[in-house]
Amino acid sequence: MNINKNIAVSDSGFVFNSTTGESFSVNPIGVEIIEMLKQEKTIEEINQNIAERYNADLVTIDKDVSDFIDLLKQYSLIENQDAA
Amino acid sequence: MDKQRYERPLIKKLESNMPNKFGTRTEYLPKTHIDDVAVTELADKYGSPLFVLSEKTLRSNIRNAKKAFETRYPKVQFAWSYKTNYNDAVCRVLHQEGSWAEVVSGFEYDKALNNGVEGSKILFNGPDKTDDDLKKAITNESIIHIDHLDEFYAIKEIAGNLNKDVNVAIRVNMDTGVYPMWDRFGFNFENGQAWDVLNRIMRSDIMTLVGLHTHIGTFMLSPNAYAVAAGKLAELAIGIKEKFDHEVSYIDMGGGFASNNTLKGAYLPGTDISPSINDFAEAITSALISSNFEHDKLPLLILETGRALVDDAGYLIGSVLSNKRLSDGRRSTILDVGVNILFTSFWYDHKITPAQPFTQYTEDTVLYGPLCMNIDIIRDHISLPLLNKGDKVVIHNVGAYNMTQWMQFITLRPKIVLIDIEGNTHIIREDEKLQNLLDVEKVPDHLKDFEL
Ligand SMILES: Cc1ncc(COP(=O)(O)O)c(C=O)c1O
Repeated sequence: MNINKNIAVSDSGFVFNSTTGESFSVNPIGVEIIEMLKQEKTIEEINQNIAERYNADLVTIDKDVSDFIDLLKQYSLIENQDAA
Repeated sequence: MDKQRYERPLIKKLESNMPNKFGTRTEYLPKTHIDDVAVTELADKYGSPLFVLSEKTLRSNIRNAKKAFETRYPKVQFAWSYKTNYNDAVCRVLHQEGSWAEVVSGFEYDKALNNGVEGSKILFNGPDKTDDDLKKAITNESIIHIDHLDEFYAIKEIAGNLNKDVNVAIRVNMDTGVYPMWDRFGFNFENGQAWDVLNRIMRSDIMTLVGLHTHIGTFMLSPNAYAVAAGKLAELAIGIKEKFDHEVSYIDMGGGFASNNTLKGAYLPGTDISPSINDFAEAITSALISSNFEHDKLPLLILETGRALVDDAGYLIGSVLSNKRLSDGRRSTILDVGVNILFTSFWYDHKITPAQPFTQYTEDTVLYGPLCMNIDIIRDHISLPLLNKGDKVVIHNVGAYNMTQWMQFITLRPKIVLIDIEGNTHIIREDEKLQNLLDVEKVPDHLKDFEL
């Protein structure tokens, strides 16, 4: 699972897809997840990383992260060559 | 090291035709307290969902309303519209503030008596008064607002049998330029029905005509409609004086002033478009003062204002049960508040605020209740900060009609708590228990046993 090469992400959470011209806003935790996806971390690693730093349980985080990733797919921000 | 406050990840597409809202804070703040009492504390102590009423707001509303009218007109009397919220504590706050009672059924009538309102200060409205209700009202010297001719004859007969004089008014319906016209209650002004029944009353020696009543609609946004209505009732009163040399003692303009809620489909929020109580007061009192009443003979002005007095004194606290994603990608959030306890969600886009701090990020959300029914939608479109399971929300402006029109359906009805002027909380209605229902159900003998 890879973040599309044509996606630019700013620290302030502004996401621009140069292929489609679409732009998005992402909250800080969303930016962190996108960054981790860029570093090719697995979903388990991402969940773990968030759980260590934020006051939420793994079940909640797992649910929210997979929902977030579903949306990234829906917006074609993720290249889904190794689709699960 | 303390962990950071968690917020679920969010991505939102920026629409090209919309101003780029990214980075701008949402306008509103969390509703963490109601009259200085923490929302989370209320929910912990009394449960969720929970109706909360502010005695402070209620008293300030009735005082403002009285002031709006009394500074413009010499004689004013409010009568509390029981159906709007007939919780006894609410009624008693208003009675303490000097309001009479306005009731539309035998049940409401008994509730007013039980609250200690003198019979003569109960105005009995509505098309459904049984013979027993009428007997009681006549015996207690209450004022009966006649709705239809059948009632006129019933009153005449019952009062005759009791050999007791009865004070009556008639409900008048009329064209005020507002549609739909409420012409199903009372007697029509334009087509002469009103005069027809007035003639009959004036010829009866057991009935005394003491007032003229109208209620032109509810959630009215036009003060001018009230000016028209007040003008027409004044015209009737002056006509009665001329024809029968009889003065009615009051003109009752009913209720109907809009509250600050936002009607579904309205482009602007209610706080922006609802006229103030001063606007309505100005319209009504100027119409009466500029009519042909002799200056020192202005009748008492009665108002049966309901929702405009109690709506913003009521809050409903709810909790997030779950967040879901709908098939079209929209966020949906399930609350523990269903339409069975929030009847007004059928016609208002209620203002809903999280009870805990949130960031500037918002998401377009559909808010569902917990009932297993498709109609159970609290808001079909609302932009909300990110809520987590267990978070509390406060639904605003729910004081009118919800605590009377609520239904026991699938769930049991929650508690109502009143916050008094000092900030103390009081349960003014207990939550419903299974036993309350079992008490009124009966199982026939042959259905008592079964084997599975
Ligand atoms: C006769 C009468 N008076 C007063 C009211 C109170 O109206 P509102 O709550 O709109 O002020 C009603 C409500 O329908 C009513 O029917």
